[in-house]
Amino acid sequence: MIRFDGVGKKYSGGIVALKDISFSIEKGEMVFISGHSGAGKTTLLKLVAAIERPTSGSVLVKSQDIGSLRKSAIPYLRRKIGMIFQDHKLLFNKSVFENVYLPLQISAFDPREAPSRVRAALDKVGLLGRERAYPVELSGGEQQRLCIARAIVNRPTILIADEPTGNLDAEYSEIIMNMFRSFNQVGVTTLIATHDDSMLEKLRPRVINLSHGALST
Amino acid sequence: MMAWLAINLNVFVSTIRRMLRSPFSNFFSICVIGIALSLPTGTYVLFENFQSFSSHFNGSPQISLFLDTAAKPEQVKDIAKRLAKDPGVDHYRFVPKSEAFERFRNSAEYSDVTAGLAENPLPDVYIVFAKDNSSRNLEGMRTAMSAWPEVAHVQLDSEWVRKLDSLLKLGQVATAILAVLLGAALIFITFNTIRLHILTQKDEIEVAKLIGATNTFIRRPFLYLGAIQGLAGGIAAWSIIATGLHFLNDASRDLAQIYSVKLALSNLDATDTLFLLALSSLLGWTGAWLSVTRHLWQMDWENHFTKLARQF
Repeated sequence: MIRFDGVGKKYSGGIVALKDISFSIEKGEMVFISGHSGAGKTTLLKLVAAIERPTSGSVLVKSQDIGSLRKSAIPYLRRKIGMIFQDHKLLFNKSVFENVYLPLQISAFDPREAPSRVRAALDKVGLLGRERAYPVELSGGEQQRLCIARAIVNRPTILIADEPTGNLDAEYSEIIMNMFRSFNQVGVTTLIATHDDSMLEKLRPRVINLSHGALST
Repeated sequence: MMAWLAINLNVFVSTIRRMLRSPFSNFFSICVIGIALSLPTGTYVLFENFQSFSSHFNGSPQISLFLDTAAKPEQVKDIAKRLAKDPGVDHYRFVPKSEAFERFRNSAEYSDVTAGLAENPLPDVYIVFAKDNSSRNLEGMRTAMSAWPEVAHVQLDSEWVRKLDSLLKLGQVATAILAVLLGAALIFITFNTIRLHILTQKDEIEVAKLIGATNTFIRRPFLYLGAIQGLAGGIAAWSIIATGLHFLNDASRDLAQIYSVKLALSNLDATDTLFLLALSSLLGWTGAWLSVTRHLWQMDWENHFTKLARQF
C-alpha cells in the first residue's frame, strides 16, 4: 500500500528532514510513527499525501510514484487519503455539516446522497447532534473529532493523522485512538504520527521510530 | 451528466446566495461595471440612430442642373432631350422656375423676401437620378453636364451625405476604441473584486487543495461570480441606456415638432442586447479566471519562496 525506498528529503534551506528511509506498509495495517519533535514525522506524512516530493529515493502510494506524479494527478490521489492535520485546518466560517460536506463536494459526490453520508461520518465520531454548530462552539476534542469526520467521509483506503492526540487529555486521547482502531478494523490502512509514548505502550502497535530524520530502533 | 448539472446548479445557487450576503458591495461593483459598459454602448446606440437618419436621405443621390435664367424655352426642352438620350440617366424631373417661385412664396420663412421681388430670380431646374450611384460616376456626370449649353451650375446633392458618412465612420472608430478600453477596464474591475473574494476565502482554498480539490473546482465558484457580475453589469448598462434614451426622446419631442420629422431614438435591438449581455458575462468570466489563476500560481510560488527563504 505504502512503500518507501531509500527516501531522502532535503528542504531547499539545506535542512535534511529525512535520510535513507525504507519501509513498507501493507493494506489494512495500522502503523505508528514516533520520534521527538523535529524528527521528520510530519515530513514523512506529507510525502505520503504528495504535499511534498522526495529529493531522493522513491515513495509509492497505492503503486503510484509520488516523485514523478503529474501535478494534475495529485488531487485524485489525495481524495483516496483521509488526512487529519495537526492544526485541524477547519473552516471557521462554515458549520460542522458544511466542513464535512466539503470533501464530498470536491469529489463531485451526488448531492442527493451527500447529506446522509455526512451524517454517517458525524455519527461515527459522535457529533451527529451538532451539525448546525460552528467550529468555534466546539471544544478542542470535538474539533479533533470533526477533523476526523471530514477525513473519513469519503471512505478513504488510507488514513493519515498528524499528532491526533497532541493537546488532549489521556481520557480523550483514548476515545480518539479507539476510533482509529475501529476504522482500521474495517480495513483502512492507518498511519499515525505521535510522540505520546504512553499510547504506544498501551496499544503495542507496529512502530516506525524516527530520530533526526533517520530510522532508529 | 445529471451529477455535473446538479453540481453546477449548486455552485450557481450558492454564488447568488453569497452575493446577497454582501448586497451593497456587490451592487456597487455591478453599478461600476454597468456605467463602464454604458459609455461605449450608448455611443454606439446614438451612432446607429444617426446612421439610420442619414440613410433616409442617402437613398438616391441627385444631380441638380440649374439652367441659365436667360435660357429660352426651346433650349430648356433641348436639355430634356439630351437627358432622355443619356444612357447614364435613370430618370429625371423638371422643376420650372414658376413652380419653384410659387413654392418659395408659400413657405413661411421666405414669403417676406419674395414679396419684395419684382420678378422671379429663380432658374429652371432638372433633377437627375443616375443609374449608377457610385461617387466616381456621379462626379463624371457632373463634369460632363457642366459643359452642356445653358447649364449654369451642377450640384451633387449627395455630397453632404457623404460628409456625414465619413463623420459617422470616424465616430464608429472612436466608439470601437472606447469599447476596447472600457472592456479591458471591466476585466480589471472584475479581477480586483474577485481578488477580494479570494482573499476572504484563502483558508478555504488552501484546505480544499489539501484534501484533493482540482484547480477547476476552486475556480468554478469564482468564475460564476465573475460571469454573474458581468451579466448584471450588462443589464445595468442596458437599463442606463434605456433610461437615457427615454429622457432624450422627451427632450427631442419639441425639436421634432419644429422640423416636423420623426425623431425617436431607438434602443438596442434584440441581437445587440444579447450580444451586450453575452460579452459582459464573458468579460466578467475572463477577469475572474485571470484573478483565480494568478492566486493559484501565487500559492505555488509562495510555497517555493518560503523554501527558498529558509536557505538564507
